[in-house]
Amino acid sequence: MSTLRLIKTETVLSIRDKIGPLWGVGFPLVLLVILGNVPSLREPQAVNGGVATFDLYVPVLILFNLAMLALIAVPTVLAGYRQAGVLRRLQTTPVGPARVLTAQLVANLAIAVVATVVFLATARFAFGVALPGAVVSFVVAWLLVAAAMLGIGLLITALATGQPQASAIGTVLYFPLMFCAGLWVPITQMPPLLRDISHATPLGAGMQAFQYAYAGDFPAAQPLLVLTGYAVLSAAAAVRWFRWS
Amino acid sequence: MAVIEVREIHKRYGGTVAVDDVSLTIQPGEIFGILGPNGAGKTTTVECVAGLRAPDRGTISVLGLDPLRDRAELTRRLGVQLQESQLPDRLQVAEALELYSSFYPRPADWRELMDALNLTSKATTRYAKLSGGQKQRLSIALALVGNPEVAILDELTTGLDPQARRDTWALIEQARARGTTIVLVTHFMEEAERLCDRLALINGGRVVTVDTPEGLTARARVEQRIVFHPSRPCDDALLTALPEVSRVTRRDDLVIVEGTAEAITTVIPLLSAHGIAPQRLRVEQASLEDAFVALTGSTTGEDL
Repeated sequence: MSTLRLIKTETVLSIRDKIGPLWGVGFPLVLLVILGNVPSLREPQAVNGGVATFDLYVPVLILFNLAMLALIAVPTVLAGYRQAGVLRRLQTTPVGPARVLTAQLVANLAIAVVATVVFLATARFAFGVALPGAVVSFVVAWLLVAAAMLGIGLLITALATGQPQASAIGTVLYFPLMFCAGLWVPITQMPPLLRDISHATPLGAGMQAFQYAYAGDFPAAQPLLVLTGYAVLSAAAAVRWFRWS
Repeated sequence: MAVIEVREIHKRYGGTVAVDDVSLTIQPGEIFGILGPNGAGKTTTVECVAGLRAPDRGTISVLGLDPLRDRAELTRRLGVQLQESQLPDRLQVAEALELYSSFYPRPADWRELMDALNLTSKATTRYAKLSGGQKQRLSIALALVGNPEVAILDELTTGLDPQARRDTWALIEQARARGTTIVLVTHFMEEAERLCDRLALINGGRVVTVDTPEGLTARARVEQRIVFHPSRPCDDALLTALPEVSRVTRRDDLVIVEGTAEAITTVIPLLSAHGIAPQRLRVEQASLEDAFVALTGSTTGEDL
């Protein structure tokens, strides 16, 4: 009962907070619509293996959403809670601060699920981009990316001394990680070395896993292992160093 | 049986000893005040009682529970108001109360509490937009929303205007009437005098004394203080010659005479015999503040 109410409260607060909804959902959605209206991006490209560049941007923008929520929204909110004594106050209640942390993660996951569905539906119905061929593969890949990114987000929260530091670390990590997801240059168009580096990052591995799912296959072991590794290591480190006050 | 039993706790932060040796026994249904200058170890003591900090030495039992080992059970039965603890900026008053009431097995009616603390008109106001006093009142409401058997209130009425302070006192008395044991950390003497059944005076991490407010005042040995502005220059020696007068001091143009409860009956006739009119005359009984200053050696009561 109290857990459900906490999740509801955290969701409402995240929506009022505007970082997630505006930068994590609204902005990539606008980007999707703009890119979808650029004719050259919608031509199949040999360099992309016969796929239009725009089609590649659909999973990139799904990663954009997850990265924005996990790397910036979650650490900013949680480090802010810690700084203001919100977590400390909860320590004196039967619920405890771990539950509010869980509620915050669930709230952001819920926002991310809605965003992913909206992006996929917009791409499909407004621009005729095919949905991922293998739905289960897509869901597995999505969940692993979410776990890896939220783990990193929690680690940022654990290591940051205050709210401004948490936002700063999140923002600084955001750009190179999104680069590796192919936000500026699709991974398929990167030189081999850069492509290998990208595939070793969480969002690059996520992109790789998504592409398997789009092609109708189950992702290869490599991206799945990379994502699992990030998720497990960052979560373990976050647990090790997390401070409630 | 005591509700709270603190035995010889000790807590140090790095090289600083915050709590040196504190023992307290708090009885059921009591309003127990903890009084002391800044840095005396009051907050550290109550944070140990609430299970937020582990003492380096000593034992604590609250409702027969260990605050650290039995956290799950204790948090259901204990309400806490902390200093410098906030809520999420965008959380509204009613949402906060409803949320916190959902944490407890037998919560109080949060709407009634919101009303009692005069927050109903702010029900949909976000936490960040509340004034300091409104935040403080919400924090008190949240400490009481779980219908706790014990409530620990740190700096209960700091930041409240006089009316809100009185309303809050009434609320605390109501909570006690329902059987809640209350531990109050305060630096308002008036509050301690008005609310507390017993007081512990803490200084330098140690309990100086535990007594009723009246008992503490009696120890100060300043029974009466007569303050006036003499219409004509008046010699101290004239007043100190009286057996009832123990001390004469001056502040600007005021003469301050300290003495026994009978001093006034001899000082006034003496003054008039010398043709001195005591203008702006004020007679003060020794207050808890005097006792505080006398017992802790703190120079200014305002600075506590």
